[in-house]
This record gives sequence, structure tokens and C-alpha cells, in this order.
Amino acid sequence: MPKMNLRLSSALPLSLLTPAASAATPVNTSGVAISFFLLFVCTTLGITWWAARRTVTTRDFYAAGGNITGLQNGLAIAGDFMSAASFLGVSGLIFGFGFDGLIYAVGGLAGWPMVLFLLSERLKNLGKYTFADAVSLRLAATPIRCLAASGSLVAVVLYLIGQMVGAGKLIEVLFGLNYSIAVGAVGALMIVYVCFGGMIATTWVQIIKAVLLLSGATLVTFLVLQRFGFSFEALFRAAISEHPRQDAIMAPGALVHDPLSVISLATATMFGTAGLPHILMRFFTVPNAREARRSVFFASAFIGYFYLLTFIIGFGAIALVAGKPDFLDAAGKLIGGDNMAAIHLARAAGGELLLGFMSAVCFATILAVVSGLTLSGASAISHDLYANVFRPGASEQEVVKVSRIATIVLGLVSVSLALLFESQNVAYMVLLAFAVGASVNFPLLFLAMYWSRLTTTGALTGGVAGLLTAVGFIVLGPTVWVEVLGHAAPIVPYKYPALFAMAVSFTGSIVVSLLDRSPRAARERAAFRDQYIRSQTGLGSEGATPH
Amino acid sequence: MEELYRRIDADPEFHALSRRRSRLSWALTAVVAFSFYSWIFVIAFKPAWFAQALGPETVLTVGVAAGIGVIVLAVTLTGVYIWQANQYFDAQNRKIVAHAQNEPQT
Repeated sequence: MPKMNLRLSSALPLSLLTPAASAATPVNTSGVAISFFLLFVCTTLGITWWAARRTVTTRDFYAAGGNITGLQNGLAIAGDFMSAASFLGVSGLIFGFGFDGLIYAVGGLAGWPMVLFLLSERLKNLGKYTFADAVSLRLAATPIRCLAASGSLVAVVLYLIGQMVGAGKLIEVLFGLNYSIAVGAVGALMIVYVCFGGMIATTWVQIIKAVLLLSGATLVTFLVLQRFGFSFEALFRAAISEHPRQDAIMAPGALVHDPLSVISLATATMFGTAGLPHILMRFFTVPNAREARRSVFFASAFIGYFYLLTFIIGFGAIALVAGKPDFLDAAGKLIGGDNMAAIHLARAAGGELLLGFMSAVCFATILAVVSGLTLSGASAISHDLYANVFRPGASEQEVVKVSRIATIVLGLVSVSLALLFESQNVAYMVLLAFAVGASVNFPLLFLAMYWSRLTTTGALTGGVAGLLTAVGFIVLGPTVWVEVLGHAAPIVPYKYPALFAMAVSFTGSIVVSLLDRSPRAARERAAFRDQYIRSQTGLGSEGATPH
Repeated sequence: MEELYRRIDADPEFHALSRRRSRLSWALTAVVAFSFYSWIFVIAFKPAWFAQALGPETVLTVGVAAGIGVIVLAVTLTGVYIWQANQYFDAQNRKIVAHAQNEPQT
């Protein structure tokens, strides 16, 4: 059943919201949601004002002064991950298909332990503000920073467009707001948060939203379980009797028609996480490796808990929303599409007040996630490219100024692109962002930290080859070649490039490094020892001693 | 710094700690990756296994239970790592660094 595959593919992160949400019947025009949302905006603008006065140096702007605790950072990381797509998209998939939605929940979580075990402490010990700092330590700084910054910017911009288009559609459905106004409002608020408040404001916006989303989802789950006398059995039985697919919703469904795609998708969700720059950047906001480690522990616990709630909410929506005429349009479909399942459930379980609250929380979620993305894009431009490649001697004030300009430019670019792509299916952009994370950023970071024989030439070859493979697969594959360009059959039959692009990237880096006999390569290999000791002990780490 | 790195490199305790830490990291990574990919491979190749109910009394299937199991396992193992790291690694690391810093100039 290729139809199922199509829906799941676009779910990867937010652009899932695009296709179904396009029918603009507002779910909710009540004043409650607007009031909650205005309260959120006022609070976060207050925080931004407070943060702006504390944002003076580059260390403040990129890393919140290194003063975030493990628990706070764990919440912020979880917040980056719990986008509107994870919440509405995954609960909507479970509402529509049952079991298959769980693949995203489990895949989304499974990458975190690996980030903790292999990356977090070393990354914190080696880097300063961005992951490019860590990989350029012993390799040639200029080309490696250009590669890392390109990998970051490509992933950030594509992901940002996907989020913005999804956000515009979602807000259209939730509040009945015009698409362009919604996108403009999201863009303006995001520019204000990042430009003035830097990482301090971005982190606190993310923390507040994470707490709101976790509490809201907990409340909905509690009210749902209460309806069923806190019996999961009763909930599942009710869901099975309401759903047209009956007990098939408890078992894997149609995604299985191509096992290789399932595995490549699983690889993208697992390794893409470890290569998304806005998440990697958060490891530099804590004071030391110990706090970096604790952040990932808290983040995985929150994300795991969140997905368990999402799972129950999805089944709760089948049991309490499906088949109730209140929530259906004339054609018998869910108003606003399957992605609205969690929102309708909030109303079914907790009335208008909870509906308003959850709608506002979803809006807040979008704002917080796009702000984090914009900040990491701005730091790739200002810290990696401007301060380290084009103007190595630039002063602190100058770099902070460039960061702010980069934020505004990125904000305007993403708003314009979101307007341009309004009626397009942008699923491929989000797929590509994850594939670039998994096939450019992750191999570069992993090999630079773990493999002493990696050389600059090897890293560049592998990175560029991985990037080209990912782009090539997406352009020639079903998502662009068939769905966007309208050809009959794809040249490359696979929708998810991560597995292939990652293999190309690793192979390219390893083979070329092994063949590299230049004097530079010899120096780079010799420098591994010091880098290794620093990564293990934290000695010489930039964050450890504030300056 | 160069001198400190040289001393640490010469310290057998540093290499013992690194080995222990990386053994634990890789072992835990292997467990998480193995359980996640096993779950994915069953979905990809043998979905019928996951469609069975856990027992005659329940509608809960093996697949749902296993999926939730993977989530719980992943979170638990991050806890195990943190516990080990807080318990042993940090103290060892501090000792090694202090030792290298206090060693008389040679």
C-alpha cells in the first residue's frame, strides 16, 4: 500500500502537517486560545528583554554564558525535539493508523542514548560554540569549517522552511488566521527572540514551552485514562471498536512493503538527531562535560515520557474523537485533518479551556523550535564563517553584531521561502535536512573524535560526497522527481537517502584518509593524541574556564 | 598544556580509565542499537510476529509491548551510564588530572 508509505514519509518532522491541514476550516476561534497565546508571547518577550541585558559577549549570544544547568538544558533539548510535528504529527499518525505511528516515537528516542554514550561529553570538551569548533581542532580550520557550516546551514534552512510552511498551515487551521499573517508573525517573533535575547532567550523560551507541552499532554492523558478507569485494556478495546481497521491498529501495517526503506528511515531518525546543529549547539550552554551528560539523560527521559503520552493520546483520540459527529466535517473526516486529533481530544476530554490551552501550546511549540533553528543558522554564519574564516581578528562586538544581522537575514529568507512554498509539498526538504544531518555532520563529528587517521582531505571528500548523494537521492527519488517535477517514475526508487548517503560519506572519508600521504595528513594524525586527551579529561576545554 | 598532555599520556591510569569508559559506552550503544534495529527488522520482515496478542485476556500485542520496551530500555540505559560516570569516571578523571598537574617538572 504505497499510500500509507507516502503519509508516513512526510511525517518525519513537521511537513506532515502540510498536506492534511490544507483545508482551512478553523478548529478553534475561541478567545481562550488567543488569551493563553498572548500570555505566552508577553512572558517570552519579557524574558527576551531580561536576556538582552545579559547578552553582551559572543559567549552569551551563542552559549548563554555557559550558565545553563543540566536539567534546564535537558528540558531545552527535549523542547527542540518535541516539535509540533512530534506531537500533532505522531498522535495524528497513531489516530489514523495505530501501530505504525509508534515507529516514529521509538526511532525518535533511540538516537539519544547514542548521543549520550558517544558524543555529548567529548563534544563539550572539544568545542566552544558550534560542533565545527570540535571538528576543526586538529584538521585544517578553513576548509573544515566551511564544510561544517555548509552542512549546518543546509540542514537548518531546509528544516526551517519545512517548519515554517507547516506552522503557517497549522495556525491557519487552529486559529483561522491567514497563512501569510501566521508565517509573518512567527518570523517576526522568532527574529526578536534570537536577535535580542540570543541563546539565553532561546533556551528559556524552549524550556517554558517544554514544560507547558509536557504538562498539557500529561493532563490530556490523565483525563483520557480517567474515562477508562485507568485501564489501558479498556482504552485499547474502545479504540479497536471505534477504528475502521479494527484490531489491525495494534499491529505493524503497510509501511513494510519495502524493508530497505524502513531501515533507511530508521537510520535517518536515529543518526539525523545526532547531526542536527541546533541540538548539538545546546551542549555548549552548560558549564562542563558532567552537565552535558546530565542534559542528555534528562532530555531522553522527557522525550521517552512525552512519546508514551503521545501514544496514549493517539489511542485516546481513536476511542473518544473518531466517529463523534462534533469533530467531523461534512465528508465525515476529522475537522482540520488527522493532525488535529490531539487538539480535538483536548476538547473531548477537558472542554473549551483545555482546547484553548493546547492550541496555544502548539503555537508556542512552533515559535520555540524555529527560534532554536535560526540561532544555530546564525552562529554557523557569524561564528564559523565570519569570525573564523573571513575575519579571524574580528572583535567580540563585531561578531555579535554580525550574528544579529545574520538572524534578521535568516528570518526574512525563511519567511519569504515559506510564502513562496505555501502550496508546495515540502516533505522532501525535511527529509533532506535529516539526511544531511546523518550523512554530513554526524560522520564528520564522529570520525574527527574517534578515528585518529582522519585527514582534512578525507573529511572533505566524504562530506561532499555524502551531501551530493543525499541531494541526488532526494532530487531523483519519488519525493521530488515524481511528486514535485511530475515524472512518471523515479530514477532512484528510494525515498529515504540516509542509509546510502551515510555509507558513501563514511566510505569516502575513510578511503581518502587512508590514501592521504601528505605532510599535512601526518601532522593531523599526530595531533590526535592531544585532542584525545582533551576530549577525555576536559583539560584545555574552552567552556571550563570562563574568559 | 603540551607538557600536561604528555604526562597524562604517560599515565597508565589514564589509559585504563579511557578503556573502561569506552567499553561501557560501546557496550551500551550496542545494546540500544541492537534492540532498536531488531524491532525495526521484525516490522520490516516479519510483521506477523508483532501482530500476536500478548495473552488470551488482552488485546495488547507483542509489537506494542516491544516498542514501549525499547523506549523504556533506552531511557534506563542512559540512567545506567550516568550512574557509572558519576560514581567512578569523574573521580578517576579528577585524580589523573590532579596527578599530572602536581607532578614535579622533569
